[in-house]
Amino acid sequence: MQNNYWKTLTRPLLDENPMTLQILGICSALAVTTSLDTALVMSLVVICVLALSNSAISLIRHQLPRSVRIIVQITIIASLVIIVDQLLKAYAFELSKRLSVFVGLIITNCIVLGRAEGFAMRNGVWASALDGIGNGMGYALILIIVGAIREFFGKGSLLNVQILIPTSQGGSFEPLHLMLLPPSAFFIIGGIIWFIRRKRPEQVEHPEFTLSPGEDAVTK
Amino acid sequence: MNALFDLLLRSVFLDNLALSFFLGMCTFLAVSKRVDTAFGVGLAVLVVQTVTVPVNNLIYTWLLAPGALAWAGLGDIDLSFLRLIAFIGIIAAMVQVLEMTLEFHIPKLYRAMGIFLPLITVNCAILGGSLFMVERSYSFVESLVFGFGSGLGWALAIVMFAAIRDRLKYADIPHGLQGLGINFVIAGLMSFGFLAFAGMG
Amino acid sequence: MSEPVANASVARALAVALTVAFACALVVSTVSVGLRPLQKANLEAERRKQLEVVINALADIGQTQSIENLEARIVELASGRYDDTQDPATFNAESAINKPGTSMLIPAELDLAGIKRRALHARIYLVRNPEGATELIILPVWGRGYQSSLRAWLVLDGDTSRILALKFYEHGETPGIGARIQEPEWEALWRDAPVYDDSGVLRIGVRSRTGSASAEDSGYLIDGISGATRTTQGVDGLIRFWLGDSGFGPYLRRIREE
Repeated sequence: MQNNYWKTLTRPLLDENPMTLQILGICSALAVTTSLDTALVMSLVVICVLALSNSAISLIRHQLPRSVRIIVQITIIASLVIIVDQLLKAYAFELSKRLSVFVGLIITNCIVLGRAEGFAMRNGVWASALDGIGNGMGYALILIIVGAIREFFGKGSLLNVQILIPTSQGGSFEPLHLMLLPPSAFFIIGGIIWFIRRKRPEQVEHPEFTLSPGEDAVTK
Repeated sequence: MNALFDLLLRSVFLDNLALSFFLGMCTFLAVSKRVDTAFGVGLAVLVVQTVTVPVNNLIYTWLLAPGALAWAGLGDIDLSFLRLIAFIGIIAAMVQVLEMTLEFHIPKLYRAMGIFLPLITVNCAILGGSLFMVERSYSFVESLVFGFGSGLGWALAIVMFAAIRDRLKYADIPHGLQGLGINFVIAGLMSFGFLAFAGMG
Repeated sequence: MSEPVANASVARALAVALTVAFACALVVSTVSVGLRPLQKANLEAERRKQLEVVINALADIGQTQSIENLEARIVELASGRYDDTQDPATFNAESAINKPGTSMLIPAELDLAGIKRRALHARIYLVRNPEGATELIILPVWGRGYQSSLRAWLVLDGDTSRILALKFYEHGETPGIGARIQEPEWEALWRDAPVYDDSGVLRIGVRSRTGSASAEDSGYLIDGISGATRTTQGVDGLIRFWLGDSGFGPYLRRIREE
């Protein structure tokens, strides 16, 4: 039992990472990673919402009729997100302004609904909570890596602490403006996926077909 | 009229929900293996977006915005904190209604769209579109144009993406990048390309 | 692994849905209402921070002032008169622009700043010298940029003839391109820029490469930022709007007539 719980918690980090394997939760990830602090806050918010929504839905899973299943799940998730949004506006105003619509979009974050349907509806409360935290952490892992890379190479700072002095302030670091633009997030995540799949070759997707040599194949 | 056309062009190319704001990415990356399925999803998103953004605009303007309930004599009430849940409710309801309408009146289209219609409910692009509409204070007509344009832009993006993936089936991609990895890189390059529209308009 | 209950009864579905809805509504409303005072305090702190940007802007042009020296006044934009019935300390610019009774729609042909709506009143700041004469007029201005709202403080000298600073404190423009409106080199271009020509016509603006500026206009136009056409046009629009008759024009005219 203990082992099982640990597995539930740690599996979503590398083996079943929601972003790099399950293809969930990508939307918000790409836009909030221009700096590390927004990435951190977003991660924290998602972990909280995931843990709470998974627990809540698991609690009432036996009472939920199929016809209203999805809408009830969404109602619970939406309520949690609104609460967290209000808490952010009260206790971390600056950050909430920079996160703008993306906190609201956690409602449609595929991870939350995906885990609710895929795990919480079939498992006990404690396990569901752990699964929520685990997937949240898997999501956070990617977000933090991307956020750190983008902020460091795009602005020369980390958590708004200037580490490399840019030329506009008299230093020698020429910031890579590409890092602050959208495409960079895509490239970085592609790179992370490549790295993970070299460590875990079982995740590699096999091509649907390969050209056999001698049949119009381009010789190397 | 000019401003509306500008808005249309901007929402299709410049402010493309998929490639500039990364909304609806999950569906975008997962459902673009074949061009015909991508087309089906794109069409579904286009229809739902064109309907829900203007409807949400009406709901927000007359019920939820601060001071919106002035017509009922309740001008001091500010219900804007309910917009998330109201919009999602409208979207879910619209998708349900559309599903039923299509099933009865245009069964061929209904079958073509298949399972993608219910999946649209949780597509971030749809909710995102409505939230942007609130943030940019669009009027009803602008919401209509923006809804149509943003839906069209998303559909365009996913069909192009599927087409590129189709061609890449013949390419020799490094082992670890096959599948999801190279898809991210493609999406990044497409996003790069769409940045070029920045001077337009 | 247990499967969800596949219960088809309508009454049951309704009961569950309503219970969940009610419970969620209760929790959300309680939290929202309970947190409102904290959120209000945050907005207040925000306003104070914006004032500090003004102070910094003034420091940039060699005028050191403290927040206490800033005299806040409410101006009714249409007539240009001070409205002393409203308390500047409690004036909420954001709610004023949202409520129909305290704001107005701007006709499209006059909406140079692309903001569609403006409040009927604005809170401005004055700095007076020891003799009581107005030395500086500080106006809040904003407009639509390329992909975000641009918000700035416009500092005019006491006789409204020159701009001393245009300090942007909020924007979401592209880093390295539109965001350069906050770079010191560009901000310096606004220092001592004449607003009107000799016959009192509003001439200040921003020159963008795609615009055609006549030789006589050139003297009054500030150079735009290359590669940031849309942002530049946004700044031009907001300057012309707020200094014009739909913005602070009437107020500035009153100041000059005094």
